[in-house]
Amino acid sequence: MYAKEKTGGELSVGGPSVRGMTNAIVVERLVKRFGATTALDGVDLTVAEGSVLGLLGPNGAGKTTVVRVLATLLVADGGRVEVAGLDVGRHADQVRAAIGLTGQYAAVDEYLTGFENLEMVGRLYRLGKRESRKRAGELLERFDLIDAANRPAKTYSGGMRRRLDIAASLINRPRVLFLDEPTTGLDPRSRLAMWEFIAELADGGTTILLTTQYLEEADRLADRMVVIDRGRVIARGTSDELKAQVGGQRLEFTVTDAAVLPRMVERLRPLGVDDPVVDEQARRLSLPVSGGAEVLAEALRLLDGDTSRIFDVGLRRPDLDDVFLALTGRAAEEVASDDDTTAEPAMTGGAR
Amino acid sequence: MSSLAATLSDSVVITKRNLIKVKRVPDLIVFATLSPIMFVLLFRYVFGGAIGGLPPGVSYAEFLLPGIFAQTIVLGSTTTGASIAEDLQKGLIDRFRSLPMARSAVLVGRTVADLGLNAISIVVMGLTGLVVGWRINSSVGEAVTGFLVLLLFAYAVSWLMALVGLLVRTPEVVNNASFIVIFPLTFVANTFVPLESFPSVLRTFAEWNPVSAVVQAARDLFGNTSPLAPVPDAWSLQHPVLYTLIWVVLILAVFVPLSVRGYGRAAGR
Ligand SMILES: Nc1ncnc2c1ncn2[C@@H]1O[C@H](COP(=O)(O)OP(=O)(O)OP(=O)(O)O)[C@@H](O)[C@H]1O
Ligand SMILES: [Mg+2]
Repeated sequence: MYAKEKTGGELSVGGPSVRGMTNAIVVERLVKRFGATTALDGVDLTVAEGSVLGLLGPNGAGKTTVVRVLATLLVADGGRVEVAGLDVGRHADQVRAAIGLTGQYAAVDEYLTGFENLEMVGRLYRLGKRESRKRAGELLERFDLIDAANRPAKTYSGGMRRRLDIAASLINRPRVLFLDEPTTGLDPRSRLAMWEFIAELADGGTTILLTTQYLEEADRLADRMVVIDRGRVIARGTSDELKAQVGGQRLEFTVTDAAVLPRMVERLRPLGVDDPVVDEQARRLSLPVSGGAEVLAEALRLLDGDTSRIFDVGLRRPDLDDVFLALTGRAAEEVASDDDTTAEPAMTGGAR
Repeated sequence: MSSLAATLSDSVVITKRNLIKVKRVPDLIVFATLSPIMFVLLFRYVFGGAIGGLPPGVSYAEFLLPGIFAQTIVLGSTTTGASIAEDLQKGLIDRFRSLPMARSAVLVGRTVADLGLNAISIVVMGLTGLVVGWRINSSVGEAVTGFLVLLLFAYAVSWLMALVGLLVRTPEVVNNASFIVIFPLTFVANTFVPLESFPSVLRTFAEWNPVSAVVQAARDLFGNTSPLAPVPDAWSLQHPVLYTLIWVVLILAVFVPLSVRGYGRAAGR
């Protein structure tokens, strides 16, 4: 009912519409300033009930600021923000009762044990003593913290604190969950476990807005993604849509001697759908192509057996890292040429 | 749950959390008791002979102890500011602010826990005082009122410190900043020496300094005054309990709303 296709200045990709579904999160023309810094400059996004949105962007893009506004911790300077059908400015307490927040830095009380931390948060969600204790026990179990349940959180490793922090945000079985870089600082095994858990929550119908630096994470967990940079949305869509936007597949050759590259370029040019890119330093040739494995066979035929200097060859699809670099790189250039007086936004206070 | 009951229940949860920290960090309680003992002994025996101005026949121990009570618990209230700043820094205030809990509960829970610590230190100081010659020469009811007036004033100061903690945001800075304010307030007063010994401008300040009134109220209520050492004529010292209560109401009326508002806007990191 809140769904509305927004068209900002960004590269918009159509994608499956959420029209007709309820949106658990609606953000329209959100502006947030910190003194002279405009951290958010008209952000629009919606998250359909029960879906997962990945919010991506380089350091200082404004991801944490979006999350903090949505979680009622910051008051917006402009725009409309609704969570669970409620305006966050006017109904902050009702919003708080419906959400769970895991901030970018773990917020656990070091002097309390894991159990006491969770019980306290449960009590503050007004779950009652019995229910708070029950939920605390369940979540400690779920997050593999049972053995450490009765130790002060001071003695926890970074990963354990992170898990305890996420457990705290789930005490209330929130309808809408905000996760600001939930797996930063986790080892690969814990990260996989966390991914499984987030996917489980999403399957259970929780609406999740997740920020991350790991594109693989967004690729795995998010139904849709929004890429922001310098407080503006620069792209949105599903993972496939974003990849398609950056380009199709490429034929890539790595050779043992850069001297053979010009000759290879000559021979392969007819196969390309666009200009080849040669990186002499990396001894690599990259050629945009269309088609499947037959292109590879055709390429090898064109090289006419002259393959002794080829070290590696393959057909590559762009991954989200390519998308990310292409999008944020381009955005940075545009801003620089638009307005030469705008320096890199200063990183004040945001990170520690 | 009615909103008052909810606020109370949230405040109890937070107070418990703060007291658990006291249990887990025994140093806190050790210092909360050792430093008052040190103050009592230091002033009683090291400065006791040197600080003059008292007419012969007046017990310095009886004169001194109410002053030490006041100074120690006012200093004790500064921990409120440092603890709030620490919670801000560690992101805990963010966590609390994202919960549907009462807005005032974090501050109520904090100030109440610090009141508890102050009560412990006043008991320790009283016992030490009895050992070094301090006596209560009044009824039980008056003595209890004396302790209550002291604690009430300290509680009000806690709310002032809460705002300082929210604004300054760095525990170490809160500590330094509050010493700059608290030391003059507790020394330019009748805490350790009779006011007759002050030069006239300082003397007027000291007479109207609420700390002097708190100390005078305690002396009156513990029966630690002596006809040999008359109380200055200033209204504030002739009616020290009333004057103290006026200050308590004033401080609370200003700093409770300001601190709660500050909490609502505070952002960690
Ligand atoms: N409290 C604040 N005061 C001043 N500036 C701030 C504050 N919080 C954030 N900013 C600024 O707003 C911009 C966006 O910051 P934000 O923390 O939202 O970025 P982010 O995308 O989360 O970055 P990261 O990936 O490093 O976490 C930055 O330029 C930051 O310096
Ligand atoms: Mg961030």
